[in-house]
Amino acid sequence: MFETSSKLRAGLAALSIAAGASLLPFQAQAEGTVNVYTYRQPFLIEPLLEAFTEKTGIETEVLFLDKGLEDRIAAEGENSPADVILTVDIGRLVNAKEKGVTQPVDNAVINENIPAQYRDPEGHWIGLTTRGRVVYASKDRVEQDTITYEELADPKWKGKICMRSGQHMYNIALFASMIAHHGEEKAEEWMKGLKANLARKPGGNDRAQAQAIYAGECDLGIGNTYYVGLMMNNEKEPEQKDWAAAIKVLFPNSEDRGTHVNISGMALAKHAPNRENAIKLMEFLSGPEAQALYAERNYEYPVLPGAEVSETVKSFGEIKPDTLPLAEIAKYRKAASEMVDRVGLEDGPGS
Amino acid sequence: MSSFTLKAPLSQPTPRAGRTRRQRHPLALAVAMLTAAIALLPILAVIVMAFSGSGADWPHLARYVLPQAVGTTLFLLLLVALGSGAMGVGCAWLVVAYEFPLRRTFSWALVLPLAVPPYLAAYAFAEFFHYVGPVQGAIRALFGFTRPGDYWFPEIRSTPGAAVVLSCVTFPYVYLTTRIVFLMQGRNIADVARTLGAAPARVFWRVLLPVARPAIVAGIALVLMETVNDFGAVQHLGVPTLTLSIYATWLNRGSLEGAAQIAVVMLFIVLALLTAEQWARRKQRFHAARASQMKARPPRIALKGWRAGTAFTAVLLPILAGFGIPLAIFGRYALNRLEQFSRPALVEALATSLVTALATAALAVAVALVLLYAARLVRTRRMMLLVRFATIGYAMPGTILALGLLISLARFDNFVDGLARTHLGFSTGLLLTGSAAAVVMACTIRFLALAEGAVQSGLEKLPPNLDEAARSLGRSAPASAATVLLPLLRPAILTAGILVFVDTVKELSATILLRPFGFNTLATHVYEQASRGAAEDGAVAALLIIATAIVPVILLSRPLMRDRDA
Repeated sequence: MFETSSKLRAGLAALSIAAGASLLPFQAQAEGTVNVYTYRQPFLIEPLLEAFTEKTGIETEVLFLDKGLEDRIAAEGENSPADVILTVDIGRLVNAKEKGVTQPVDNAVINENIPAQYRDPEGHWIGLTTRGRVVYASKDRVEQDTITYEELADPKWKGKICMRSGQHMYNIALFASMIAHHGEEKAEEWMKGLKANLARKPGGNDRAQAQAIYAGECDLGIGNTYYVGLMMNNEKEPEQKDWAAAIKVLFPNSEDRGTHVNISGMALAKHAPNRENAIKLMEFLSGPEAQALYAERNYEYPVLPGAEVSETVKSFGEIKPDTLPLAEIAKYRKAASEMVDRVGLEDGPGS
Repeated sequence: MSSFTLKAPLSQPTPRAGRTRRQRHPLALAVAMLTAAIALLPILAVIVMAFSGSGADWPHLARYVLPQAVGTTLFLLLLVALGSGAMGVGCAWLVVAYEFPLRRTFSWALVLPLAVPPYLAAYAFAEFFHYVGPVQGAIRALFGFTRPGDYWFPEIRSTPGAAVVLSCVTFPYVYLTTRIVFLMQGRNIADVARTLGAAPARVFWRVLLPVARPAIVAGIALVLMETVNDFGAVQHLGVPTLTLSIYATWLNRGSLEGAAQIAVVMLFIVLALLTAEQWARRKQRFHAARASQMKARPPRIALKGWRAGTAFTAVLLPILAGFGIPLAIFGRYALNRLEQFSRPALVEALATSLVTALATAALAVAVALVLLYAARLVRTRRMMLLVRFATIGYAMPGTILALGLLISLARFDNFVDGLARTHLGFSTGLLLTGSAAAVVMACTIRFLALAEGAVQSGLEKLPPNLDEAARSLGRSAPASAATVLLPLLRPAILTAGILVFVDTVKELSATILLRPFGFNTLATHVYEQASRGAAEDGAVAALLIIATAIVPVILLSRPLMRDRDA
């Protein structure tokens, strides 16, 4: 048994050496790099970052994080290796600013590329792409080709609407925009109507709502535009093409204020060790080359005016985005989240 | 090791004995205290966070969120306890007491569902039982239905649905703990009862079940902690539990403090569960009387005909549900993506997962041994409580626990850096924050409960006079532990290490928050794809997670089989 314990010890030693190879954290002192903390999936941004490296010679290091990205940078403090933050959802960008982990950028190139409604008034974050929060409607069972968000509370849709969790950030942003436009009282009435019209408890992801329409569980679903593009072009799971074929994309409120859009965006980290490189990356990602790549690859809308959208996205029809600045909408996120609890949206139609 | 005799309850250590021993082992006590303190660090950080909050979230939480979320959570816990308990105990009993086709294979295959992360299982179940899935498709084809309204089908996106999913992937905890007791206790008691004329069923209900109760409760406690900390499965299935309200409070209302406060409330629920478990265990302690008895084999009743068929089906179904359904769903996706298996990124992720899980398993077992051995030496109620408390990290949502550790480590790093800058004139930067060591540390703290549970159940069965005898013959405490206890504990240590290994391979939330640049595991790889709503693109990595976890599961079953068939 001495043999066993010495074997064990040898094994442990070997392990600690193996682990030791990656024990020390990354030190961001090398010249010519930029460190990206991202909530966007690496495979989505890789082609963009490669194009950036090719053009500028600056290498990129990518760390994919989930919930708590801002909290990690805050905890790391002055020693944080983060240069830029890449994320989806206005809420996360605003949260990063409020947590004090960003710094303002006032850059002529960026300001020229990105319309003011998709930038923080104080320069703490910028949007890079937009995505509409639209209505998926059954081609077979829904006659009309226009709709408004307000109409989703109309009793004529009773038992016909599907959506993902009301606490999901995309729905929270949509509800916040309803509060921003109508005030809290009216928005709450609306949400009660929406709840009463649900076909089932909110759940699944956006694609599951299209799947549910295809299955006949509901006639309307709430979802982001790019999911439709991803389903239409899914060669691996051709059944998803059927789901996409079962629905049409309705852009709500096209006749009046426009469709609610959310953004993916970026911010410069407060203690960015490679500040110059980081700003170069921001300039690049807001520029025509990157904007076209983004749009083509992920079926999102570029923020750069005049940049091409993909053929798939064109096939949905024309989007008219709501012009209310996102920074304004984001102020009502907390109220929206509390409203979801108050109304009991997550319980579904039955209660 | 098979036959254990039931002895009179071990008398609680007298305070006098406790005091003398404690004086003799100041070092053991100090080491254990320090270890426990480190394990408790992230939890304390969360508690501090909770108390730094203003309480502004509470009027809203108390009125609109908590009554329902607590109710839903408790209902879910109850259903999962019943489900995993019935499956785990039932299968353990069938496999130990009866002989039927494929029994030997089943006895290890029953552990396979542990390899499936709950969030992937939830996704797979939702697809499998969906209207366009294979089950409902078959029903429609069979009966000629054409629309959803034509027939009734249970909704998987519901609290009972989530309970089924979670029970199916967690029941092996109950199976593992219970099976060992059935194997070890089975013979003598059952024989006595039978010679007194009791029918086998009556022996099970009246004798074996009560004897196994502490083990069953220990297994269910693990299941419930895993249920309480689950985020991915309940989110996908739309079940508003406490954990979901933690995330809504944190991410949508920007109140990390409020989130920490709910997490602390949840800790109380878990502490109540743990206390209940301790209470259930308080009277019953079973020690092996003689080593030779451990080797005896309980007789097994051979089943024939429909009885064999029933037993076969009863054991097969949980395996099919917890392992078969996820395998089928992700296997089909993976078939379309076979080329991914050779991707260097995936191979690298596999290697990282293996090294991380091995390191975590070794560390967690070592920590559990240190804590439990100190508790065995010192034998005070306070020490027992400390050991127990040190493992409650398992009941916290992974991200919240990881945040607690992140904040603690970053404070430490920045403190050291500040000292170095002022006194030495150079910067040490971040030493631990964002390092592989932090990931291993987080997983160790998170899964310490698994290691502790397994080691403790082994340690409990060794009579205290064993190592006391060694010590009375002049060996030091550590030496007697190494030479006497460790070899006897090998099955328990192996079980502990493998449970931690499997859970670490599945671990996502702490890894993703604490890891350094370029540190990709299989779980983070799956999440990268799944978080975009395209779980199918992560299918290959998901299968690799399952495959990685199977290997040790088989390793685990081997010594267990050998022990029982020797």
